[in-house]
Amino acid sequence: MLEIRNLQVSVDSKPILRGLDLTVKAGEVHAIMGPNGSGKSTLAQVLAGRETFRVTGGEVRYQGRDLLSLAPEERAREGLFLAFQYPVEIPGVSNVYLLKAALNNIRRHRGLPELDAIEFLSLIKQKMKWMDMSDDLLYRSVNEGFSGGEKKRNEILQMALLEPTLAILDETDSGLDIDALQIVAGGINALRSPERAMILVTHYQRLLNYVVPDVIHVLSQGRIVKSGGKELALELEQHGYSALGDAPIKGNMIANGGLAL
Amino acid sequence: MKAFRHWLTMTEPTWSTAHYPPIDYQNIIYYSAPKSLKDRPKSLDDIDPALLRTYEKLGVPLKEREMLAGVAVDAVFDSVSVGTTFKEKLSELGIIFGSFSDAVREHPDLVQQYLGSVVPYTDNFFATLNSAVFSDGSFCYIPPGVRCPMELSTYFRINAKDTGQFERTLIIADRGAYVSYLEGCTAPMRDENQLHAAVVELVALDNARIKYSTVQNWYPGDKEGKGGIYNFVTTRGDCRGANSHISWTQVETGSAITWKYPSCILRGDNAIGEFHSVALTNNRQKADTGSKMIHIGRNTRSTIVSKGISAGYGQNAYRGLVKVLKSAEGARNYTQCDSVLLGDQSGAHTFPYIEVKNPTARVEHEASTSRIGEDQLFYCRQRGISAEDAVSMIVNGFCKDVFKELPMEFAVEAQKLMSVSLEGSVG
Repeated sequence: MLEIRNLQVSVDSKPILRGLDLTVKAGEVHAIMGPNGSGKSTLAQVLAGRETFRVTGGEVRYQGRDLLSLAPEERAREGLFLAFQYPVEIPGVSNVYLLKAALNNIRRHRGLPELDAIEFLSLIKQKMKWMDMSDDLLYRSVNEGFSGGEKKRNEILQMALLEPTLAILDETDSGLDIDALQIVAGGINALRSPERAMILVTHYQRLLNYVVPDVIHVLSQGRIVKSGGKELALELEQHGYSALGDAPIKGNMIANGGLAL
Repeated sequence: MKAFRHWLTMTEPTWSTAHYPPIDYQNIIYYSAPKSLKDRPKSLDDIDPALLRTYEKLGVPLKEREMLAGVAVDAVFDSVSVGTTFKEKLSELGIIFGSFSDAVREHPDLVQQYLGSVVPYTDNFFATLNSAVFSDGSFCYIPPGVRCPMELSTYFRINAKDTGQFERTLIIADRGAYVSYLEGCTAPMRDENQLHAAVVELVALDNARIKYSTVQNWYPGDKEGKGGIYNFVTTRGDCRGANSHISWTQVETGSAITWKYPSCILRGDNAIGEFHSVALTNNRQKADTGSKMIHIGRNTRSTIVSKGISAGYGQNAYRGLVKVLKSAEGARNYTQCDSVLLGDQSGAHTFPYIEVKNPTARVEHEASTSRIGEDQLFYCRQRGISAEDAVSMIVNGFCKDVFKELPMEFAVEAQKLMSVSLEGSVG
């Protein structure tokens, strides 16, 4: 489904990704871990089409197509979804309006009829109940005044609504208390399916207690330096990223509690 | 003629940030009653296709499109008869609503009593010009205690469009009366005129309320800023009576240059003045707009909410004055000016003036300027929404506080208009 070959990306002519390779097949869940500044979020944003990053080399194929040639909205309509690390606030635009516009744009692209207000409301309310979200979040401005947990739940709600083919979750677990983490993890697990692939970008191991990935990759200095099964996360937790040899860490991750549970 | 002589002694104002080539006042046709047919475009085929696309997007009916574009339409225009029906209903309630020339003929006493009582002919350069040469306009009088049952609109008299250049509007709400008045048109008028110097006067007596809403979309000129209307309007309301209430709501998206400061003179005790504005400038447009709130009566209150959007090379300025006189015990004002910028060539400016002569007054001013976040845009696009739709969604969200003041159907049109006006402002 997704094939990344020798991807090189820089921002303000500073290289961030330096030849990254990654293959993700349908039905798989991959976790990408790594210290701060290793390029995890850059990877997530580049795949979604953020224009502040410049791709200087390599290629990305998504369902056989050249992903990098598509505009962000085209990628989204083709089923690529990014759950943002920092969901953006849009004052004055109600959440329900954004959600409906998003869903209908994607449905139109898939050749499905658009939902009217009534059909949409019954669908979204059902999904919200499932995410344990209160209805009033629909009528508030997008992410404005939402708590950290509400913002992250809102991202997963959008994922559940838009039913992506490839979902990239950028630090969806950060800033969540344990109850919210379980709800979010439950949402992610429910969306696992043989047709759908997911990439979890995470700093911590704790999400992986709830969402068990098929493959774990460690990203360091813009490259994947190690890949393995779910046991790799535990190994990392014990020894830290610095134990991976060619990955010197700026500052002391473990002393900062970076890998604490 | 008195006004004309006075005008000759005045100089054009030069204080604005907007610059424009000198206007040759001799060259303006001051009275342009029905243009000769041969000067007009023969059919829609002669009209700038960009204009037609805009009509299409706004869903303007074909007949109306022809008329707006200035095509000589020989069809009998429906609005005349529609207008008459409404007129009958209104006159049953004692409401006078019609053209200025009719009012001068039929109600000379009212016209004499109120005309120029809010905006005197000596007021400013363009108002004086208007006073000297105005040919027609709208007149409206609501008798005591009457609540006008419908939104009054210049739409009803759209056939009088050629008098628009120096239009004069006078609205009087007598004691306890209520009226909501809509001015303007969401479709851009094709117009050869260079200068529009209209004057609007509102008078609210005791316990009366006037709601005045404008959606203005004069021809803004082409992408390079050639052509386009200079819209230099004087609009002022006088809350003459106790507990009177005047609110201005405006959506300004057209004109090459707009100067407009709908104002309220809060004379009566407990009077309320409101100003809600959205001004959008794209390409080379310039808007310099804001409000004056003059607090004279006790416990008078005023609110100013101004939203400026600048795209392309557009320049948007808020210029406002809040003046609290000695007599205005307990006066309160709240002013909020927000600007949003698209692209890196546009500009926003804020010039608030505050004069307070009474120590019990409370005046608040808040201002913000932001760029439409690249992050907001990206967020929407990542959800499958095109950049253009995302911009209009974000801008409409930004304007929501003002749009909710508009009558329902006007608000819907205003939203559409914003999207159309912003077209091409994102890459």
